[in-house]
Amino acid sequence: MSLIDKPYQTNLDMTNFLRTQNNKSLLRFMTCGSVDDGKSTLIGRLLYDTEQVFDDQIPNLAENSTIDLALLVDGLSAEREQGITIDVAYRYFATDIRKFIVADTPGHAQYTRNMATGASTADLAVLLIDARSGVLEQTRRHAFISSLLGIKHVVVAINKMDLVAYSQQKFNQIEENFRAFADRLNFTDIHCIPVCALSGDNVTKPSNNMPWYRGKDLLSLLESVELSSGEKPAEFRFPVQWVNRAADDFRGYAGTICSGKVKKSEEIIVIPSGNTARIKEIITMDGRLECAKNHQAVTLTLDKKIDISRGDFICSKASAPEHSDQFQASIIWMGEEKLFPGRGYLLKTCNHTVPASITALKYMVDVDDFSHVSAKTLGLNDIGVCNLSLGKSIVFSAYADNRTMGSFILIDRRTNKTVAAGMLNFSLRRASNLTWQSLEVGKRERGKQKHQKPAVLWFTGLSGSGKSTIANLVEKRLFDMGKHTYTLDGDNVRHGLNKDLGFTDADRIENIRRIGETAKLMADAGLVVLVSFISPFAAERDMARRLMGDREFIEIHVNTPISVAEERDVKGLYAKARAGEIKNFTGIDSDYQIPENPEIVVNTISLTPEQSAEKIVAYLKKNGFMEVVA
Amino acid sequence: MSQITELLSRAEALSDLSGQSLSTISRKLMNDGKGIARLQSGGQCTLKTLETAFAVLNELEQNFKPQQRNTQTNLQLSHIQRLEAESIHIMREVVAQCTNPVMLFSGGKDSAVMLHLALKAFYPSKTPFPLLHVDTGWKFKDLIAFRDRRIKELDLNLIVHTNQDGVKQGVGPFSHSPDIHTDIMKTQALKQALDKYKFDAVFGGARRDEEKSRAKERIFSFRAKNHRWDPKQQRPELWSIYNTRVNNGESVRVFPLSNWTESDVWQYILQEKIEIPDLYFAAIRPVVERGGALTMVDDDRMVLSKDEIVTKKMVRFRTLGCYPLTGAVQSKATTVGEVIRETLLSRTSERQGRTIDGEVGNGAGTSMEDRKQEGYF
Repeated sequence: MSLIDKPYQTNLDMTNFLRTQNNKSLLRFMTCGSVDDGKSTLIGRLLYDTEQVFDDQIPNLAENSTIDLALLVDGLSAEREQGITIDVAYRYFATDIRKFIVADTPGHAQYTRNMATGASTADLAVLLIDARSGVLEQTRRHAFISSLLGIKHVVVAINKMDLVAYSQQKFNQIEENFRAFADRLNFTDIHCIPVCALSGDNVTKPSNNMPWYRGKDLLSLLESVELSSGEKPAEFRFPVQWVNRAADDFRGYAGTICSGKVKKSEEIIVIPSGNTARIKEIITMDGRLECAKNHQAVTLTLDKKIDISRGDFICSKASAPEHSDQFQASIIWMGEEKLFPGRGYLLKTCNHTVPASITALKYMVDVDDFSHVSAKTLGLNDIGVCNLSLGKSIVFSAYADNRTMGSFILIDRRTNKTVAAGMLNFSLRRASNLTWQSLEVGKRERGKQKHQKPAVLWFTGLSGSGKSTIANLVEKRLFDMGKHTYTLDGDNVRHGLNKDLGFTDADRIENIRRIGETAKLMADAGLVVLVSFISPFAAERDMARRLMGDREFIEIHVNTPISVAEERDVKGLYAKARAGEIKNFTGIDSDYQIPENPEIVVNTISLTPEQSAEKIVAYLKKNGFMEVVA
Repeated sequence: MSQITELLSRAEALSDLSGQSLSTISRKLMNDGKGIARLQSGGQCTLKTLETAFAVLNELEQNFKPQQRNTQTNLQLSHIQRLEAESIHIMREVVAQCTNPVMLFSGGKDSAVMLHLALKAFYPSKTPFPLLHVDTGWKFKDLIAFRDRRIKELDLNLIVHTNQDGVKQGVGPFSHSPDIHTDIMKTQALKQALDKYKFDAVFGGARRDEEKSRAKERIFSFRAKNHRWDPKQQRPELWSIYNTRVNNGESVRVFPLSNWTESDVWQYILQEKIEIPDLYFAAIRPVVERGGALTMVDDDRMVLSKDEIVTKKMVRFRTLGCYPLTGAVQSKATTVGEVIRETLLSRTSERQGRTIDGEVGNGAGTSMEDRKQEGYF
C-alpha cells in the first residue's frame, strides 16, 4: 500500500510524500491469455485490492450483490454487449514500492495486433491460463508474440484453481506443458502461480486453499521482479527528434536519450554524416545539466556548427552505431489489406520516416509450432520474416539489443493506416560502404543530346479503353517531330520480360514494378517512354511515379466507361471473362481504382483517338518537354 | 538562514541520504516524532531543544556521508521523470511532424500541467503553437481571470472560441438539458473552431485513468473528416512510434498526459510549483444544494427554485467545467499539500463532480464514449 492508498494516514508530511513518490520505480506489464481466462477479472482484483476503485464507480458495476470485477475494466460498450475484451486498455495502480502501468490486451484471435501493441511497451507479461483447459493455441501465440517483442519476464497465472479443486497435480501438469513449449522462446525467467482471480487467492494475498504453493503471490512478485539487470553498460545514443532554432545563432537538438548517458564536453559523433564535435550544453528548462541519462528528454548544443537534422543520431564517439538501407526484419501484419512484396510503404522509426518496400518475404511463422511456412503474402495478424529495402539509409540497432533503435512501423501511403509493426534483425549489407557509381554522362546530358526532356507517359485505363491506340498515335507524332521514344505495351512485355507472371493481385503488382523499373532505365537513357498498361491499383501507379524524377511522370487516364469498353471488346476478352473463362479480369471480377489526380484525362467518348493524342502532345509542348534543355 | 530553517533543511537532506523518514529523524533529534513537522508548519521550540537537536544532527550526519548514497538508484529515472519525458517526446513529435497543431487550454489543473510540459519541451524556444479555449460562456469567472492572467504572463497566443449560433439561440445549462448544452456549446463549438483554423493536431489534457472508455484511447487518436472517433478503427500504437499522418480535413487528437494519474498530476503540481486557479482550494463560497451536490452561485444567471437557499460554505472544486454543472466538495484544504491530503484520501473518482457523465447513453457508464464518438474531447 502506498501513501496514496492509506486512507488512515491523515497527517502526511508533504516532503516525505514527494520523496516516497520519487523513489518509486515503474513497471509496465501486460496481461494476456485466451478468451474467458479471466484477465479483466484479474486486473479488476488488483485494482480493487490496491484501492484504486472509487466508491462512486461501484454502483454501476453491481449487477447483483457480488461485484463483477471484469466490468470495472471492460470499457467500451461493444465489449460489454459481446462479453469480450476487444481493445487494449491501460490501467494504473501503485504500491509502496512501485507504480504499475498495465496493458490489458485482448484474447480473441482477430485482435492479435492489439496484443502486440500492449507488448511493445511492456517489460513483463502476465499470461493467464484457465486451469480447466490448460495451454491453448492462443496461449502459445501470445507467449510467442511477447517473446518476439522482446519481453524477458513472464508470469504464468494459472487461474480458476477453485474450479479444479485447487489441484496441485493439475497445476504441475500445466506448468510442465508451458515450460516445455516456452523453452524455444527468449524468456529469461518464467514464474508460475496458481491463482483464483475471483476470490483474490495468490493474487494479492496468500491462499489458504493452496497450502502446497510456497511461492510469492502475484502482487509481491510484480513488486520484486528485477528488471534488465546484468545488462552491459550501454553506449550513448540520442535520436534527434526536432531541431530547436530559438534564435538565429542557436541550434539545439531535441530528443530523448534511448541508451546510455552523456556528459558535458564529451566527444560525440553524428551518424550518418560522421561529423564529430563536443557537447557544449545539456539544456532543460530547469537549468543546464552536467550529465543526462537514459530516457531523459533534453536539448543538446554542440561546440561546432554541423548540419544535423531529424533522423540523425548523436552518439558517443567511441562506438558509433551502424546505418543501412537493406535489412532483414520480423514483421507483424496489422492491416486489413494484405501485404504485397514490391509495393511501396512508409517506414517510420523513432525519429525518421523513409520510403520502404518489402523485397522478399522469406517465410511466415506458424505460431503453433514455430515452423517456417513459405508464403507470398501476409494477412491481418500474420507474422513473417522479410527483406526490406529503404529509400534512404537509417541509423539502427538490432531489436534484441535496443528496442527503440530496432523497431519500426509501416504506414500505407494512401490511407495513412499503420499496417505493420516490425523489428530489425540485421543489415543485409553494409550500406555505409556502398556508393553509387557517379557517372559523368547523366540523364540530363542524354536528354540534351536528343533535344528533349526525358518523360514517362503512363497510360492507365480499362482493357479496351483505347490506351494502345492513343499511345501509338502519340508516339508517331513525337517520332515525326524528331523525338526519341519507346513504347512499353502490356502485351509485348508480358510475352517476354514478364512471361513468368500471372494475373493474381500479387503478380499484377510485380508486373507493374518491373515495368516501372524498366521505364525508369529508359528515361535515364534520355527517352520519352510511353507505358500502356491497365495498371488498376493506385498504389502501384504511385510506386511507379516515385521511381521517376520530379515532374517526369505523366499519368494519363484513358477514361472509357466499362459498358463502352465491353461493347468494343476488340480482343474478345470481356466475353471470355463474362463466361468465366478468364479470372481476375479488371472491371469484371477485379477492381480498377480510378486515378485521383492524373496529369491528363482523355475521355474517349467525347474525343477521337487523334484528338486525344493531340491533347497529350499539346501538354508536352506546354510543359517544356519538347525543348532543348539549357 | 534562521537556525530553524537550517535544521529543517539539514534534517530533510539527512532523511534523503539515510532513507529514514522525517518522523524517525525527528524522534532522534528532538525526542518527539512530530517535532520537525511542527517546525515545518511554522511552530517554535526552545533554544535548548534546538541546541541538542543540532548536536545529534552533527553526529548522525557523520554516519551518512554523501558517498554512501546508493548510486544504482541514481541511474534510473523516477516514475514521474519518466512520465515527464514521455509527454515531452509526444509534444516534440507533433511539432516535428504536423503542420498546424494547437493545444487546448481550459485553465484547469490538467491543462496547466500540460502547458508547463510544453514550456519545457520547446525551451528555450517559445511554445511553437497557439492555445485554444472553447468557452461555453458558463465557465467560472475566476477560471477565466486565471486563464487571461497566465496567458499574459507567459506571453502566449490564445484563441478563444464560443459557439455564436448557440449564444443566439440562448443555449445554456438552465434553459436546456446539460446534455444539449454540452453538445452545442462544447462539442459543436470545438468542431467549429477546428474547422475554422484547420488544425491537423490538437493536444488535449485527457488522461486514461479518468474514465473507462478513455482507458482504451490511443495517445495519438485519429479523427475522420467529421471529427468522429471510431473505437474499432484505431491505429495500432507501438513503442513510442506515433503515426501522425493525416489526409486533408482529417486530424489527430493528441493526449500527452495519457499515462498520468490524478495522483501524478497533483504530485507534479506540488513539485514543480505549477500555478492553478484558486477554485481548486477551499474558500467560503455561495452554494446551493441540488440533487445531493453543491453548486456554486457564480453569477446572477443562476436560476434558483423557491425552496433553494444560498448558503456560504467552505468548498473547493475537483474539476472545473461549466459552473452550474460542476459540483463543489466541502473542504478545508487551502494549499496544494492539503488538497493532496484530501484527494488521496478520497473515495470518489474525480469526474464525479461533473453531473454530465452519467446523463446519456444506452447503459450505465457509456455516456463519455457516446459523446466521444460524436467528437467531444
